[in-house]
Amino acid sequence: MVVPKHGVFTTRENKVYQMKKLLVSAIPALALSIAVGTAQAGETLDAVKAKGFVQCGVSTGLPGFSVADDKGNWGGLDVDVCKAVAAALFGDAGKVKFSPLTAKERFTALQSGEIDMLSRNTTWTLTRDSNLGLNFAGVNYYDGQGFMVSKKLGVKSAMELSGASVCIQAGTTTELNLADYFRANKMEYEPITYDTSDETVKGFEAGRCDVLTSDQSQLYALRIKLSDPNGAMVLPEVISKEPLGPVVRQGDDDWFNIVRWSLNAMLNAEELGVSSKNVDEMKGSSDPNIRRLLGLEGIKGEGLGLADEWAYNIVKQVGNYGEAFERNVGSGSPLKISRGLNALWNNGGIQYAPPIR
Amino acid sequence: MSDQPSDAMTPGKPAPWNDPKIRAIVFQALLVGAVVMFGFYLINNTLYNMEQRGISTGFSFLEKESGFGVTQSLIEYDETHSYGRTFFVGLLNTVLVSVLGIFFATLLGFVMGVARLSKNWLVARVATAYIEIFRNIPLLLQIFFWYFAVGINFPRPRESLALGEVFFLNNRGLFMPRPVTEDGFGLVVAALIIAIVAVFFMVRWAHRRQDATGQPFHTVWASLGLLVGLPLVAFLAAGNPLTWEYPELRGFNFKGGLSVLPELFALTLALTVYTGTFIAETVRAGIQSVSHGQTEAARALGLRESKLLQLIIIPQAMRVIIPPLTSQYLNLTKNSSLAAAIGYPDLVAVFAGTTLNQTGQAVEIIAMTMAVYLSLSLTISLFMNWYNAKMALRER
Amino acid sequence: MDTKQFERGPDLPPPITEIGAIGWLRRNLFSSWLNSLLTVVVAYLLWLMLPPLIDWALISSDWTGTSREDCTSDGACWVFVSVRFNQFMYGFYPEAQQWRIDLIYGTLFLLMIPLFLKAFPWKTWLGGFIIFVYPFIAYGFLDGAWFGFEVIETTKWGGLSLTLILAGIGCVAALPLGILLALGRRATDMPIVKAVCVVFIEFWRGVPLITVLFMSSVMLPLFLPEGVTFDKLMRALIGITLFQSAYMAEVVRGGLQAIPKGQYEAADALGLGYWKKTALIIMPQALKIVIPGIVNTFIALIKDTTLVLIIGLFELLGMIQNALNDPNWLGFSTEGYAFTAMVFWIICFSLSRYSMHIERKLHTGHKR
Repeated sequence: MVVPKHGVFTTRENKVYQMKKLLVSAIPALALSIAVGTAQAGETLDAVKAKGFVQCGVSTGLPGFSVADDKGNWGGLDVDVCKAVAAALFGDAGKVKFSPLTAKERFTALQSGEIDMLSRNTTWTLTRDSNLGLNFAGVNYYDGQGFMVSKKLGVKSAMELSGASVCIQAGTTTELNLADYFRANKMEYEPITYDTSDETVKGFEAGRCDVLTSDQSQLYALRIKLSDPNGAMVLPEVISKEPLGPVVRQGDDDWFNIVRWSLNAMLNAEELGVSSKNVDEMKGSSDPNIRRLLGLEGIKGEGLGLADEWAYNIVKQVGNYGEAFERNVGSGSPLKISRGLNALWNNGGIQYAPPIR
Repeated sequence: MSDQPSDAMTPGKPAPWNDPKIRAIVFQALLVGAVVMFGFYLINNTLYNMEQRGISTGFSFLEKESGFGVTQSLIEYDETHSYGRTFFVGLLNTVLVSVLGIFFATLLGFVMGVARLSKNWLVARVATAYIEIFRNIPLLLQIFFWYFAVGINFPRPRESLALGEVFFLNNRGLFMPRPVTEDGFGLVVAALIIAIVAVFFMVRWAHRRQDATGQPFHTVWASLGLLVGLPLVAFLAAGNPLTWEYPELRGFNFKGGLSVLPELFALTLALTVYTGTFIAETVRAGIQSVSHGQTEAARALGLRESKLLQLIIIPQAMRVIIPPLTSQYLNLTKNSSLAAAIGYPDLVAVFAGTTLNQTGQAVEIIAMTMAVYLSLSLTISLFMNWYNAKMALRER
Repeated sequence: MDTKQFERGPDLPPPITEIGAIGWLRRNLFSSWLNSLLTVVVAYLLWLMLPPLIDWALISSDWTGTSREDCTSDGACWVFVSVRFNQFMYGFYPEAQQWRIDLIYGTLFLLMIPLFLKAFPWKTWLGGFIIFVYPFIAYGFLDGAWFGFEVIETTKWGGLSLTLILAGIGCVAALPLGILLALGRRATDMPIVKAVCVVFIEFWRGVPLITVLFMSSVMLPLFLPEGVTFDKLMRALIGITLFQSAYMAEVVRGGLQAIPKGQYEAADALGLGYWKKTALIIMPQALKIVIPGIVNTFIALIKDTTLVLIIGLFELLGMIQNALNDPNWLGFSTEGYAFTAMVFWIICFSLSRYSMHIERKLHTGHKR
């Protein structure tokens, strides 16, 4: 019996071939199955509930707003908003993970779903609200852009800055305000644009630029990063409105509401005098406003789809807005920023939260 | 087995699933299918996600006013120009730093590559040390070092290092006088063009004469004379139509003149030093690839050392050097994107950075940025392939 | 008759200028006036640079202490490095759990030893285990979830250990993909496969790693179905792997081209099919040749991993940058960069020496 030479291997080669075919056809099938499997997962809130924690985008390091200590634990005013949302949703302020983002990365990260919410000293503007597909859930810090200069320059006003080199962080509204301000006042400037705020400080420290511009809160925060904080001063001019607040993607109103009302609960708690220290005693209060806040009567948690004690958890675990402010940026911190615009409306400021009822 | 040899000579037609041609076709069809499906899957997801999240799409943003400033621009630019303009500003800055880097790295690389093979022990050791040290340290680190530890620690503008009140060096950059042309300078330019054309024809004539009669002609000196002399005559004839604008300290900074930003300086320096090591190694390998017999034959002909290198070694070594040199140029161009880390306004910093962030249209902008680097890479490879072919033609 | 016998006198000593130290100097440093000039200039430059450098780095530097006040002399302040040394190596990985990192790297080191022993018979299997299995065990061990340890988020990984994880896993994962791409690029009888591979390779080789990392770190979720996300480190690894596989493919292709045609023909004559031929005859020889090339791309990758600091992962350089921002330690960037440079240099230089060593050792078969 004569077998053609190549015939000997027919069956084995055939097997290899079939395996190959199987493999090749498996890839698109796999891809399709992923697509089908997750198409219904949908909304942010469901996804957050399913994974059991909030993924929150914060700054890569801005004292008072979001910084990691040397153990990698995050703290700050922006971080507290994230924690408040976790406390409202899960009853545990610890159920939050932080993604440090540069200014450049932040919106893409939020749009793409990498993070669930962004709390990273982000200014609320029309463009961002509309074109970028984002929603601002409120304002946790009213800020304005200012200038920091070295005292040695002897400059007293921003109007004397024509011809100066200005250090600035890339991808911020500050970049646009700066251009507007110098153009409107017919002054020249040289923008030195860095990627991170740390680099702007280094550039300023070394004298690469004469002026560092940023939101005023950041200027105070960055000033303590200088080797000689007293050698630098913040000029009096405030050249823009910078309402900073937490941001979410458009398309999930339930999630948007939870973030917005977590912040509002902190403000209302301060207004009603409820703090993390007295919140348990306050449960016995007869003030209907306080009772509604703590979920003892009224709408409770049902409108937001949360547990009744959602606001109680925020106040208990994170504190009210005043506490968070003093602890992170105010008198309890190295920044020592006064409340100013950020005092409550009945206290000379413009922080004003809609009532819980 | 072999009692019927005719069978072995003309094997029967294999089964269709075993025919290599058919298998190739089927396999390729499957691959095409998979690639198309995968691409479709990605595009579909992206479009769905973008629509779902209300992200605006399309390229209309390129028309809008940018509203931000850029430190260095080779074309006219201010805040009122469009986002599309920022693309070109960044692109030109990338090209500038790449060209500077390629020029200096080639220079440094050739010097160090030759120096490493030098018979002078000290020179060879220094070259070796340079190569081994700088090619084993990450480029980003070198950029940081040249910028944060050196560049911005130069004196402040008021304490600038000055060279005769004409050149100034401080942490805002290096300031030099800038030539300002006046009426009549066109004459000088015209003279220069005429000189170049004349040199071109002269060289061709000299070559032909040498081929025909064997008489050499001093082309180098003659061309130099033409290139310098003719414009000089025109310059004097036009009555010195050139003035210099000197930089001077006004307010915070030096104004006027030409300036080199410390960011550009640090980036070019780091790219030069880093890529120079790889070019040096390439050059060394190229020189060593030329057989020793060539050197001996050239010595036997009585060529001096300098002529030996110039006429015998380098032309032959170039053939080995060029392909790896090309990839070093490509690497340098791509590496220039690290500019963003120190605030040099290149394409990645200006366009894929600020513009992306102001408009939020990540997909379009990253796609455009990648396309630019791909086409820069392709352009450099095409040019070097052309040059390579030209060099290879000399082989007989 | 003059019968004076010629008598050989004693040898004169060679001229003093041709032997010993002077001869060496003349030959190597002062062989011509040009060389002499060069020597003098270079020596002068070295004299200008080296003594202050050595003085700064070694002689008048401070080594021990806990804060910047301990740096009293005007030289380098290495206290900055020693105080934060732990962070530079382990990042924010909790100190109580750092034994896991030590164990992983220690085991890897022990596993590597037999590879250098001539007599060890199962090198291939051990090598395969280290390359294809160990990285996954290591990842799982560091993460902790699979082994039931405390889970350490990848955001806390950092320092040199993260640098090596990124480079190691990136390189290992890129190898199989690179081999497939290299084979595809040489599949002349399948033009479409070839075209797809060429486009893939040239695309990844043509774009800067920084845009690849940016894309994988922020845009990847846009390409995936809603709700599917990976960890940030994982996304960086995906980007690095795709990028690296293109370079790996080119290295492997070089190896494939170096295999003499006779080997292909002999395998065909034996009646081996394509995959058998490739797996049993061609690849073992080709991979042997390209080991130095693979080590070289690995070196390049180690240096390139520094770029992940731009997307907010704190590998060694990122950790240093982070430490430099500490208000208590401002102004020590030179020390920080010098230390990082030293660490990278030691790793990359020893790897490149190793690669050259292998190259010499393998310089047997196919060189013609």
